[in-house]
Amino acid sequence: MNSANYLYLSALLFTIGAVGVVIRRNAIVVFMCVELMLNAANLSLVTFSRINGNLDGQIVAFFTMVVAACEVVVGLAIIVTIYRSRRSASVDDANLLKR
Amino acid sequence: MINYALDLGQTAKPEAVMFYILAPLAVISAIGMLTVKKAVHSAILLAWVMITLAIFYIAQDAAFLGIVQVVVYTGAVMMLFLFILMLVGVDSSESLTETIKGLRWIAITASLGFGGLIISLLGRATLGRQSIGLVDANSNGNVEGLAQLIFSDYVWPFEVVSALLITAALGAMVLAHHERTVKRATQREQSQARFRSGSLAAAAGLPGPGVFALHNAVDVPALLPDGTPAPTSISATLKARGDMLDSAQYQLDNNDNVAEDK
Repeated sequence: MNSANYLYLSALLFTIGAVGVVIRRNAIVVFMCVELMLNAANLSLVTFSRINGNLDGQIVAFFTMVVAACEVVVGLAIIVTIYRSRRSASVDDANLLKR
Repeated sequence: MINYALDLGQTAKPEAVMFYILAPLAVISAIGMLTVKKAVHSAILLAWVMITLAIFYIAQDAAFLGIVQVVVYTGAVMMLFLFILMLVGVDSSESLTETIKGLRWIAITASLGFGGLIISLLGRATLGRQSIGLVDANSNGNVEGLAQLIFSDYVWPFEVVSALLITAALGAMVLAHHERTVKRATQREQSQARFRSGSLAAAAGLPGPGVFALHNAVDVPALLPDGTPAPTSISATLKARGDMLDSAQYQLDNNDNVAEDK
């Protein structure tokens, strides 16, 4: 019985999420990629909990979910605010500080 | 090396079957999430990845987290994403051209290195160790075990997280709130503005779609008396989405010609 497969899957998903954050330009898609990375981390926490035979990993994954929910709420509010003033959801268009 | 590769594949039978069906699907849809053009499609693919992860949680004796994953992520969070996509609307599909030259290849190369590093590290760190399993820890039930921990060892983080949730809700309200800087125009003021705007044609209101054309639908522009289509008769959203039909094919004289040909 080898739980390591889940860890490999988790590493893969995390990497894919990281690529997405770098290459996509739509702020909402970038945000979804961050969610994918958080989920990948959660999968490895749950797997570690199983490998070590105690529930602490699951507790940490639970807290991660709560933090992720907060992050989504505030992040999407920021995206909507930026969209309202700049009429665009692209991360390249929010460059006011550069000028 | 071959042994090493074979060792990777060892999982208990039914779980292994489930894993080898669902894991490639999860990876494929995660990659698809990056490559599809429309943000809505990305959202659907991400929802599928999250459902797969929920199944994996349940398979790994984390029933509570599996259910929470479905309720919180695929339910609430993805719904919020779709909500915002609908709000941000038409231009949410993006061009996939790069603004920084070569960024995509740099990112893919770096991620290959990063992923390879993590996976090889994991292979060395965990292989050969038997996992203990959660049968003992879950002996009173998964939810009871978690509750015991949350309300004893983790009660302080739990309280802090509740404060964080309240702060996030307040923050979202503050960010989303916006005060009217000008008073809302009354009906009387609106009608005065229409008449004083110059053109009397605008004062009568915009034409409805499909009027005077042989086809009466919201996506067909109305025809003016001289036979030209009136673009103001179509909703700006339909125009931006490219869902506007050409009204020339519904013009009266065109149709007469067709009848004569027959």
